[in-house]
Amino acid sequence: MNDTDYELSADSRLTLLDALREVLGLTGTKKGCDQGACGACTVIVEGQRVLSCLTLAAACDGQHVVTIEGLARGDALHPVQAAFLHCDGFQCGYCTPGQILSAVCAVQEVHAGVPSHVTRDVRQTVNSATLTDEEIRERMSGNLCRCGAYPNIVAAVRQVLHDPLQL
Amino acid sequence: MIPFSFERMARPSDAASIVATHPGAMFLAGGTTLVDLMKVDVLTPDTVVDVRHLGLSSIDVSDQAITVGAAVTNSQLAWHPVVRDRFPVLSEAILSGATTQIRNMATVAGNMLQRTRCCYFRDVHAFCNRRKPGSGCDALDGFNRSHAVLGVSEHCIATHPSDMCVALAVLDPTVHTLRPDGTTRSIPFREFHAAPGATPHVEMALTHGELITHIVIPHLPAARRSHYLKVRDRASYEFALASAAVVLDLDGETIRGARLGLGGIATKPWRAVEVERSLTGRRATDDVFRDAAEIALAGAVARKHNHFKIELAKRTIVRAFATARNANP
Repeated sequence: MNDTDYELSADSRLTLLDALREVLGLTGTKKGCDQGACGACTVIVEGQRVLSCLTLAAACDGQHVVTIEGLARGDALHPVQAAFLHCDGFQCGYCTPGQILSAVCAVQEVHAGVPSHVTRDVRQTVNSATLTDEEIRERMSGNLCRCGAYPNIVAAVRQVLHDPLQL
Repeated sequence: MIPFSFERMARPSDAASIVATHPGAMFLAGGTTLVDLMKVDVLTPDTVVDVRHLGLSSIDVSDQAITVGAAVTNSQLAWHPVVRDRFPVLSEAILSGATTQIRNMATVAGNMLQRTRCCYFRDVHAFCNRRKPGSGCDALDGFNRSHAVLGVSEHCIATHPSDMCVALAVLDPTVHTLRPDGTTRSIPFREFHAAPGATPHVEMALTHGELITHIVIPHLPAARRSHYLKVRDRASYEFALASAAVVLDLDGETIRGARLGLGGIATKPWRAVEVERSLTGRRATDDVFRDAAEIALAGAVARKHNHFKIELAKRTIVRAFATARNANP
């Protein structure tokens, strides 16, 4: 977990989300719906964004998990964190850890050139410099924000993709 | 969730054996269906066997076929460059379903085995022949706007939720399994899912402990001109109200061959073979596609809230074929 090994003896029913919050005290990861609909519990497992509420902790044995607590390097924010601050990409903040981790992976996926549902031709390799807001919205659609901070969340992701050096 | 024992095996044969010897055991892959339904007590396995570490996570490409391991994730398959090139309909279908987080978790075999989103199936206090055989079906005269109009019976009208499976239905893959006695078999995809009939609880052509190891998608040059069109209540992260997977093989303006799969309106991933025969040799015009759509929905049976799906599905079919016709593969 965030480059630290943890050894747990846990109930098989324990989800990764509850392991993080209730056992390890890493409460940055948030419980929203607890049924795979809202994305608030998004974490990165083995380099891929996943939902920790539908992941059994036992199934993560030996796997590398990154939570919001593991993103910054000391006081140096991750570029996506800095962009959310710069663009005011949140209001109450409850969905924000999930939004940020999801955005970190969305940016990596764009840099890898993979298509989304709204990519005109799936054979095409998408280009981060010209990625549209429609693409950003689709790629971030697994993270709901009840405050409706979506325009600024899109702006933050756009900033990371188009203009990361200004941060 | 009820208590269960969690097992992780190293070999496919061990995973199949342990499930076979426990009547209440289930395989766990991505967990997006199983853990979800365990939380609401719809599925209550006493043993859960993790099958993501059995060496079934590779995609192998040859000139004749693409072989996809059972534990390949939906994202892996949709993003694979050869899949995107040869079978755009499959990439498009997968990318239209759920979200990246869920597609990163969900596996190919798990997608095929996912359960219906019928709200009465997911509510243990409701009557559902699929969840509890013989208990009745609350959907028949309940809230059935999202329910099926093709392949329905008086016992169940639940819609099959998958997008990926609708694309697979037109690509004619074979499903390869390992049985607990060590033997293997291959099942044509078209015979894998069952319409409910009088036994809605029998959804798949698998026996207890039988493990999907991989699927083989044969090369289909015509599939370069293919398309998946999904119509739904929201632009993203929503199940289909109607969807169509099409493959169009054109000789100039004449249809040499066509394939049509339908989703969101049927109780299983639907293949409309009779439509395909009717299209062969005709000109690829919208009017011809409309005729095909009428044939595809000829046997549709609607309930109180889902009648709109019949016309919606017809229009979806016409637009899907027209889009494939106008593409430059």
